[in-house]
Amino acid sequence: MEIILSAAIGVLTASGVYLLLRPRTYQVIIGLSLLSYAVNLFIFGMGRLRVNAPPVLEPGGVGDLSRFTDPVPQALVLTAIVIGFAMTALFLVVLLASRGFTGTDHVDGREQRHD
Amino acid sequence: MTNWMHHLLILPILLPLMVGAAMIPIDERNRMAKGVMGFVSTLALFILSMVLMRIASTDGVPAGSGVYQLGNWPAPFGIVLVLDRLSALMLCLTSGLALAAQAYSIARWHTSGHHFHSLFQLLIAGLNGSFLTGDLFNLFVFFEMMLAASYGLLLHGSGPLRVKAGLHYIAINLAASSLFLIGVSLIYGATGTLNMADLSMKLATLSPDDRQMVEVGAGVLGVAFLVKAGMWPLSFWLPTAYAAATPPVAAVFAILTKVGIYVILRLSLLVFGASAGASAGFGQSVLLAGGLLTIAFGAIGVLASQAMGRLAAYSVLVSSGTLLAAIGLGHPSMIAGALFYLVSSTLTIAAFFLLIELVERGRDAGADVLAVTMEAYGDADEDEEEEEAGAAIPGTMAILGLCFCLCALLLAGLPPLSGFVAKFAILGGLFGLSGTETAPAVSAADWTYVTLLIVSGLAAMIAMNRVGIRTFWASIENTVPRVVVIEITPVVVLLAACIFLSLQAGPAMRYMQATADSLFDPTGYTERVLTAPRAGGQ
Repeated sequence: MEIILSAAIGVLTASGVYLLLRPRTYQVIIGLSLLSYAVNLFIFGMGRLRVNAPPVLEPGGVGDLSRFTDPVPQALVLTAIVIGFAMTALFLVVLLASRGFTGTDHVDGREQRHD
Repeated sequence: MTNWMHHLLILPILLPLMVGAAMIPIDERNRMAKGVMGFVSTLALFILSMVLMRIASTDGVPAGSGVYQLGNWPAPFGIVLVLDRLSALMLCLTSGLALAAQAYSIARWHTSGHHFHSLFQLLIAGLNGSFLTGDLFNLFVFFEMMLAASYGLLLHGSGPLRVKAGLHYIAINLAASSLFLIGVSLIYGATGTLNMADLSMKLATLSPDDRQMVEVGAGVLGVAFLVKAGMWPLSFWLPTAYAAATPPVAAVFAILTKVGIYVILRLSLLVFGASAGASAGFGQSVLLAGGLLTIAFGAIGVLASQAMGRLAAYSVLVSSGTLLAAIGLGHPSMIAGALFYLVSSTLTIAAFFLLIELVERGRDAGADVLAVTMEAYGDADEDEEEEEAGAAIPGTMAILGLCFCLCALLLAGLPPLSGFVAKFAILGGLFGLSGTETAPAVSAADWTYVTLLIVSGLAAMIAMNRVGIRTFWASIENTVPRVVVIEITPVVVLLAACIFLSLQAGPAMRYMQATADSLFDPTGYTERVLTAPRAGGQ
């Protein structure tokens, strides 16, 4: 499982960084999204990988803590997903505005620049 | 400390958040009302931060004061807000700048887009949260809040130039946020804590493997803050973005770079201070080299810029570089001077950003930008704005010229103003002039720093002279810009604050020295955070 997760994070990050460096705004936004997926998985992995372990305590006492997984990274991932989602939406709006102003989807708007 | 005094600590975040949210449903036609609401809220914040500063600087505070437990959970488990001298200073600076920028915007600039005042309040809430929080992940949340508001504010006024600059600004900040998250989660994975005070206690007890993980995490985290602070290879986005922003936004953006510097200063001294064992002083050589290169890059940029907006933006870089290199050198005696420099340079650059638009208003270049703005928003506003504009001030050129001269003196660091006092304090600390300690050995890195600091002052002087002569003396089309009182007042007030800082340099330096001392001895901070009692009994 560790190999699969780390490979997934690696592939997502590599594709994300590659797309982030491309000149078209659509590629940049997809790159940023892939990057944020990779980061979310990474945060999740930092709580150590456990199978069949609940992150919340059961009613009626604490019990054996070694049977539970670390809940904090899962809470962090939730926050990071929400914030990342909002930022992607915002970036999309700016991307469209840029397309409207320059008539091109190049990140520098160069095809229409005269100055 | 009484109960209500305790809750003062959450107000710098809560008040702008509530006011900002309350303004969203109000119709944009009531812009003036929104402006007044925002101004009153910021004014209240300014007074509040003064009170907090007074609380923070009282010696012998009882345990638990200045620590606010959100959700009433004790420190390593719950999120805490922590007030100390440094955060109080930054709160004060933020609200002061915001006050000036907001007053300025009411005259004209808030009409060129929607929700200006709401975004402005949310930006302040994010900034204040970043300065107050004592938890790494909470810092991320406030950082994102501040950034989200800053995206909106940078795009305020619209137009192709701003959208293009905004696109780059958002892309680079989103990438930096990913690095932020990676760094935070690495640190959590190795230490199992996100609380800054707890982290600094745990670092010394870690196994070498775990400590390496923390160092990697801190390095990745540091890159995210250095992007914000504008360290050299990470700063190419900054001049374009700052020069494209509307003047009141650019003025308040002057403190955004200082957030990065604040976090680096806080974390490097708290976590990687003397108590960190083998990790002590982690990253200092990078900060020093990066800071020196940033000063050099900024100084070249200042000399090379034709437009005043870019000149001011490169001055931001010089200021960042000076502070980063001072942190990197790590002499305790310099940090007090560096903090003084931080306050003085932020105020100066903000005043300069506000002044630029007033000066350039009569010129063609400025008129073009304005025309673009108007075109984007429609002509309807032009009439409205003429009505709103109050009485124009007499002797416009004389007042603008005087303000410009003061800005030049402050940016270049010439006596008698606070720019000089700040640089003198930094260099005095470096050469051990403060008298309280023995002179430290002056190394090659120190000499490089001294040289660059002085050369950057010279570069600023030359550039400001050139621009000043071209604008005020050699202007061909002798048009006098129409400037109303409410626009020039914030500039004058910011510059007056610098003059006040130079006159009261003694007490100010004593405060900075106490701040620096507490930063270099973080046991007081960690003890306060970790032993704070829960509210309402045990």
